[in-house]
Amino acid sequence: MALALLLPAMISAQSFKIKGSDTCLPLSQAEAESYMKKDPNASIAVTGGGSGVGLAALISGTTDIAHSSRAMKMDEKLKMQEAGKAFKEVIVAYDALAVIVNPSNKVSQLTREQLEGIFTGKIANWKEVGGDDLKIIVYSRETSSGTYEFFKTNVLNLKNFAANALLMPATGAIVQSVGQTKGAIGYVGLAYVEKDVKALKVSYDKGKTFIAPSVATAMDKTYPVTRPLYYYFLTKIEKTVSPFVNYILSPEGQAIVLKVGYVPLKK
Amino acid sequence: MNPLKRFIEKITRGVLFTSSMVTSVTVLLVVLFLFKEGIGLFNQNSVEKHLVIAVNSENPVSAISSTDVKSIFNQDITNWKQVGGKDLEILPRSIDELAAQFTEEQLGEGFKNLSSLIETYILETPGVIASIPDSYLKNDFKGKLIPLKKISLKEFLTGTEWIPTAHPAAVFGAWPLILGTLWVSLGAILLALPIGLITAIYMSEVAGQRFRNILKPVIELLSGIPSVVYGFFGLVVLVPLIQKLFKLGVGETALAGSIVLAIMSLPTIITIAEDALRTTPRALKEASLALGASHWQTLVRVIIPYAKSGIIAAVILGIGRAVGETMAVLMVTGNASVIPHTFLEPVRTIPATIAAELGEAPFGGTHFKALFALGIILFIMTFVFNTLVETVKTKKI
Repeated sequence: MALALLLPAMISAQSFKIKGSDTCLPLSQAEAESYMKKDPNASIAVTGGGSGVGLAALISGTTDIAHSSRAMKMDEKLKMQEAGKAFKEVIVAYDALAVIVNPSNKVSQLTREQLEGIFTGKIANWKEVGGDDLKIIVYSRETSSGTYEFFKTNVLNLKNFAANALLMPATGAIVQSVGQTKGAIGYVGLAYVEKDVKALKVSYDKGKTFIAPSVATAMDKTYPVTRPLYYYFLTKIEKTVSPFVNYILSPEGQAIVLKVGYVPLKK
Repeated sequence: MNPLKRFIEKITRGVLFTSSMVTSVTVLLVVLFLFKEGIGLFNQNSVEKHLVIAVNSENPVSAISSTDVKSIFNQDITNWKQVGGKDLEILPRSIDELAAQFTEEQLGEGFKNLSSLIETYILETPGVIASIPDSYLKNDFKGKLIPLKKISLKEFLTGTEWIPTAHPAAVFGAWPLILGTLWVSLGAILLALPIGLITAIYMSEVAGQRFRNILKPVIELLSGIPSVVYGFFGLVVLVPLIQKLFKLGVGETALAGSIVLAIMSLPTIITIAEDALRTTPRALKEASLALGASHWQTLVRVIIPYAKSGIIAAVILGIGRAVGETMAVLMVTGNASVIPHTFLEPVRTIPATIAAELGEAPFGGTHFKALFALGIILFIMTFVFNTLVETVKTKKI
């Protein structure tokens, strides 16, 4: 019985592994499930562990596709080079981060410089950025999160978070806390924004234009706090994985992207 | 005795001996492993593996502490004068920033020109400080390498900043975490101990049989609830409550952690203390009553002293649960690594730090070892406490 179940997977022409980012995990899982339904011969195993873990596995050859929520670092590119492996990079979707505050907060827009000041602790009161006289309470994800890493690189210019920032173990906990704390500010994936919190407009050009986060603004790249989600694979197995990658890039695959809560690629 | 019986007895004895030996050896091995990994921390500096810090060869600065390196890359220190150098602006550069300065053509195929480009850049830029992987350092590198000091035990224990992700040099100061753990556990014990003991006494001596039969399963049910559920309850119910009650800006505080932990350790304390109280021999109680002592006098002078060791065991187990508890605390204390001054401030505890950070810490790296060193501190804390309680117990106060 077990053998009968295993057999199709073993003889399948399309059997490969995807490993890496926890952010990409729900997306890859949904895509793989729906793809395997369409093509019963395909067998795709999806695991998380972190972007760095996935890329390290690609370099050592223990995964076929590395899904990553950040671009490959210089150091990793050099390692691929050393191992003599040519690889391809495909952007499969985008993820936008929304900066959220309590709905009772008067402030509705901030510049990147102000965000940097708030999250690094240099701005400590809402009145410094046009709000009420209220202490700012910074919520962040834990240091192991890829979202934390992205926010630190993209918004804080690699500076460190304030020591008194509250580190939450999950995105849901940030939404919960910001919803019930008046002076709170935090950041979450676009899909997590709900009515208990208010998403801020953000400006990356020193206050000339402020853009509200939405699927539309993330798609036309006017919203700045957006990151691409990547697939990396070796050029020599391109034939095996390309039907799956093409499926994700197809309108059907991109509809799944939207359903999982990420931003589809521009058509 | 017949030989078969003797043989069986021998075997039983052997099995008992082996199992107790296996347990002890396992415990010792775990402790040994903890210490081996943790002490390794003090053999290295806090810069990521295979990374070197390089400056211009004209730069007079020859040593920078890791805290200063962090501040420099954080752009809090912006002038070389502040770390004992010339009056010159500091230009911090990571490997990615360095590589971004050059076109792909300049880098050449397979980045073969990168190391010489880096060297030229460092030699031509007086104020630069660069963190680069040692494999991209030319063998005859003409810039100046800055060796970082090793992490010292004192620095680790008394440092007031815990920033494990600071790039390129992490900062490991465990003092806020140690204090956070102590505050939360202390608060939990202060809350749980009186309530637990009073409930235990009530259940064993005062409550009627029927009421007791309802109360006991309800309390035991408390211990069956997974800790993450307590954490969620704390976050959704307790945290807003504390925030409103004390008119605080933020409800995730040491107090929230203490209350959740107190609730969690109550079943342990109550069940064990109550069992201990109930084992007081009937003869002792009746003798006391026969001598004319009232019910309360009997309770205070006879029953509680008799059950003392059981009550102390209840306390140890309750504290054990409080100090090592992770998930519930992780969710309600806010986890900001600052030194707490009151119970109404966010704290970061050692178990929460280990749980939250171990997943991403590279195996065998500095951060990994720093977390093990935290584990040692936690171990010593519980060990000291247990020993203290044991001494008190044997002194028969």
